Amino acid sequence: MAGNIPQNLKYTKEHEWARIEGNRVVVGVTQHAQEALGDVVYVELPKVGSTVSAGKQFGVIESTKAVSDLFAPLSGKVVKVNEALTNNPQTVNSDPYGAGWIIELEPSDSKELAGLMDATAYGNLLKNA
Amino acid sequence: MSLNWKYQESFADRHIGPDEKELHGMLKTVGVGSLDELIDQTVPAAIRSKEPLKMVAPWSEHDALAVLETIAAKNQLFRSFIGMGYYDTQTPNVILRNIFQNPGWYTQYTPYQAEIAQGRLEALLNFQTMVMDLTGLEVANASLLDEGTAAAEAMALALHVKGDESGGAFFVSEACHPQTLDVVRTRAQPLGLEVVVGDHRTVDLGARKFFGALVQYPATDGVVHDYRAFGEKVHAAGGLFIVATDLLALTMLTPPGEFGADVAVGSAQRFGVPMGYGGPHAAFFATKNAYTRVMPGRIIGVSEDAQGRRALRMALQTREQHIRREKATSNICTAQVLLAIMAGMYAVYHGPRGLKSIAERVHGLTVLLARGLTKLGYGANYENVFDTLRVETAPPHIRGILSAAEAKGMNFRRIDERAIGLSLDEATRPADVEAILSVFAGGKPLGFTLEELGKDLQSTIPEGLRRTSPYLTHQVFNSYHSETEMLRYIRRLESRDLSLTHSMIPLGSCTMKLNATAEMIPVTWPQFGKLHPFAPSSQAAGYKVLFDQLEQMLASLTGFAGVSLQPNAGSQGEYAGLLVIRAYHQNRGQGHRDVCLIPSSAHGTNPATAVMAGYQVVVVKCDESGNIDLADLRAKADEHKDKLAALMVTYPSTHGVFEEEIKEICAAVHERGGQVYMDGANLNAQVGLTSPAAIGADVCHINLHKTFCIPHGGGGPGMGPICVASHLVKFLPGHSVITTGGSESIGAVSAAPWGSASILVISWMYIAMMGAEGLTKATKMAILNANYIAERLQQHYPVLYRGKRGRVAHECIVDLRHLKKTAGIEVEDVAKRLMDYGFHAPTVSFPVAGTLMIEPTESESKAELDRLCDALIAIRGEIRDIEEGKAPKDNNVLKNAPHTARVMMAPEWNRPYSREQAAFPAPWVTEHKFWPAVGRLNNVLGDRKLVCSCPPIEDYMSPEPSKAA
Repeated sequence: MAGNIPQNLKYTKEHEWARIEGNRVVVGVTQHAQEALGDVVYVELPKVGSTVSAGKQFGVIESTKAVSDLFAPLSGKVVKVNEALTNNPQTVNSDPYGAGWIIELEPSDSKELAGLMDATAYGNLLKNA
Repeated sequence: MSLNWKYQESFADRHIGPDEKELHGMLKTVGVGSLDELIDQTVPAAIRSKEPLKMVAPWSEHDALAVLETIAAKNQLFRSFIGMGYYDTQTPNVILRNIFQNPGWYTQYTPYQAEIAQGRLEALLNFQTMVMDLTGLEVANASLLDEGTAAAEAMALALHVKGDESGGAFFVSEACHPQTLDVVRTRAQPLGLEVVVGDHRTVDLGARKFFGALVQYPATDGVVHDYRAFGEKVHAAGGLFIVATDLLALTMLTPPGEFGADVAVGSAQRFGVPMGYGGPHAAFFATKNAYTRVMPGRIIGVSEDAQGRRALRMALQTREQHIRREKATSNICTAQVLLAIMAGMYAVYHGPRGLKSIAERVHGLTVLLARGLTKLGYGANYENVFDTLRVETAPPHIRGILSAAEAKGMNFRRIDERAIGLSLDEATRPADVEAILSVFAGGKPLGFTLEELGKDLQSTIPEGLRRTSPYLTHQVFNSYHSETEMLRYIRRLESRDLSLTHSMIPLGSCTMKLNATAEMIPVTWPQFGKLHPFAPSSQAAGYKVLFDQLEQMLASLTGFAGVSLQPNAGSQGEYAGLLVIRAYHQNRGQGHRDVCLIPSSAHGTNPATAVMAGYQVVVVKCDESGNIDLADLRAKADEHKDKLAALMVTYPSTHGVFEEEIKEICAAVHERGGQVYMDGANLNAQVGLTSPAAIGADVCHINLHKTFCIPHGGGGPGMGPICVASHLVKFLPGHSVITTGGSESIGAVSAAPWGSASILVISWMYIAMMGAEGLTKATKMAILNANYIAERLQQHYPVLYRGKRGRVAHECIVDLRHLKKTAGIEVEDVAKRLMDYGFHAPTVSFPVAGTLMIEPTESESKAELDRLCDALIAIRGEIRDIEEGKAPKDNNVLKNAPHTARVMMAPEWNRPYSREQAAFPAPWVTEHKFWPAVGRLNNVLGDRKLVCSCPPIEDYMSPEPSKAA
């Protein structure tokens, strides 16, 4: 189930991942999250330029079975959103760590990174769930 | 022979399925010597009623109807010119008899099982298309409870998309119907929202943060305002522009969608649905595409089935509260399906030209009346009106006019000290206009004829507000105008839907019992149907008797002191009940109490409602057997001791078990200053054996559409009256137009003072015909039927959750989760396969995902219960074939279910099972086969690409699948 947990990413207990790219952070949901959700039918994206805070909701992801809130792994400003998900939300299922990314942030507090899990910790979380 | 003096036909024997002979066999299967023995094993002794129910002796069907006829005769039928959102209408007889009075249309459940609900899904899609066309907006839902709550839902939507942390203010035009304002105020209060009432022409929207504004179009006093400039002001202020409107007027007026409205709401009552002294009617709600996913209520959408053919389904169900719980934007569960279908069919029957003709006549007579009034010296602004006039006059005069009208059998609206309102409708004839004028002329000759008056009659609708855009251009609104065609269209749709006329609908928590014909007959008596909800109470003496008697019946069944018949659905009952509790705390200076405890097993509506009522939800754990964890409850209650307001609890539990500790649970809440709200969804297991008061609750709602026989109507109407203990009576819901409710009322929760008054006759009939003994026996039989099913199925499926002595209450949960591992079978596959056996699935995945919850009710005979059990057992055999490798995992009778006639008749058959196995798996199906109209629905497609109106006509003309079967 846990299967695919890339080593280079950071994770939240709500099953979001964060990839640090210079001074930017790309955010998406994990393989486990997309499996649990089932067929994703809609992703509600925040506005570019809006600010999000760590642990707070920034969007909504909807499947035929469930609706879940999306939580920001880090605080910061939204600099990009994955517009392609509007027409092809299923990309979250097919490529959760790649083309299925959701937003890109400019973090405001790099210290928050320490609050995220690494791949091993996240793997343990799934094992113990 | 001996003279059989005492014989009386017993309705209870007709209502209850199993007869004495069947009963005997069932008790044996269950393993008890008597029905009472089973009840003793099921219902905890501590809560059993000490005294038997007290009620008048039961009447036979014919006697009860005769008694009700004398009550009905006390209602007086006046011609109503009151308006205010309720208008006389002429229900097309083909719709009256073949839909409103037809169990094939009124006994179905909500269309969750889309494959066997395509008929009403199409009828609802027609309704949505009609609303979208007439309002000029992009998307509409499948109806809401009434105009008042629809307006309140619109406010909630505006708050959701435009509000900020501070909430903000909501503007309501003073020209809205007063009952709408009343409901909006009730809804705003617990959320801390400010409602600003005023004149839209002068209000300063810059003064504070407005997240939305509501206006009425045409206004309650009849004026058709041009709201374009105001709409721009609302948008500039950062709010949503909401227009309450009238569908008939929109055939002639510029639709709200063309002058900037973000949301349009209103009532579809005047499209062929009787006034019924307040309801039931379908309200509508339309908005822009951008807000579809936060729109309240149910939405019908277009998708495809497994063979790629067009198929309809309820879309975006994940937005409903059973998934979103306290995060849901609304607590609305049900719609007014039956009434929405009637209104949609009214548009199908009349078509755009017919509707326009009706509107033009109503408008023409209104202009004629205005001219006559002017001639008689009653000056006023009669420009810019559609069907309603505000007649200015002096105070002493008003009383004279109103009583002269009453003397002639007419009701006018008294707007205030200086003005009378007159609303004309589809039923108005020139003679009525003459009669009205004659009243204003003080009985003297008019001095002119209507013919003279009508010369060169011109519409008074200003040029800029006349509708130019087409509407109802879809073929469905332009095809069925002869009665023959209409009758066949109605019948064609009916035949696609599985209703109680075909087989049992064993939905757990929904109580799909018999809706007896005798109970339904009085609903369409004009003495109940033709009353305006705001008619003088002296004309509604029959209704008063009905309400008083029904309130007494419900009070005695629940053990409570007071009843409000106002809430229009279970969710509204929950809301009203929590507001009553809130008012109670405030009244005692304990207004800071705002924590509501809710068990994790609760129905999703509970947390959604609690949030709407201004509460903070704290979830209480359940133990492994599905019961409330008493230790966790005590801990949570202690933690929030000073803020504890209420506990919401369902009893028997949502898991279908009589929890032994319920009294301790209620006591723990009371000890810490809280009140107990009992969700009455499972009341069918209590009547006569115990009561909400006996378990220790303070308030409960009753789903009259479950326990007390109001049919589900395919997803509404429902009724959710609340019953309260004596200390809460003074807070019961009131009304701004008609005096009712407690002395310190929470305000109105519905548009009409007694909700959907006309269907209360159903519950009255049921209780009157069953009597105390019959009602109690029904409860016992409901429990027996459930235990019988549990007993028969337990060797084949695990039956989850039983009480202390191994008994389920009135429903049982069958576990299918393990089958996913052993055979790749999910609960949905079994639900769809049941259709091939001619059954509607039980409740799927509630309260536990991957399970079926079966509630047979007392009305199903042993023969029918056996058929259902045989079907489920046979399906278990089919699953075993997969487990044993005899059938492939991905291509079997379950995965491919349901099987349509078209699939069966395809020239090529290359499946690893026979056609007979597919479609005729049981002997009874060969006798009477119900064919699902479409194959398995594609849910993903429907939710990704949302289409909520009738598909373009080409789809109908080339019904070929888009991909191979």
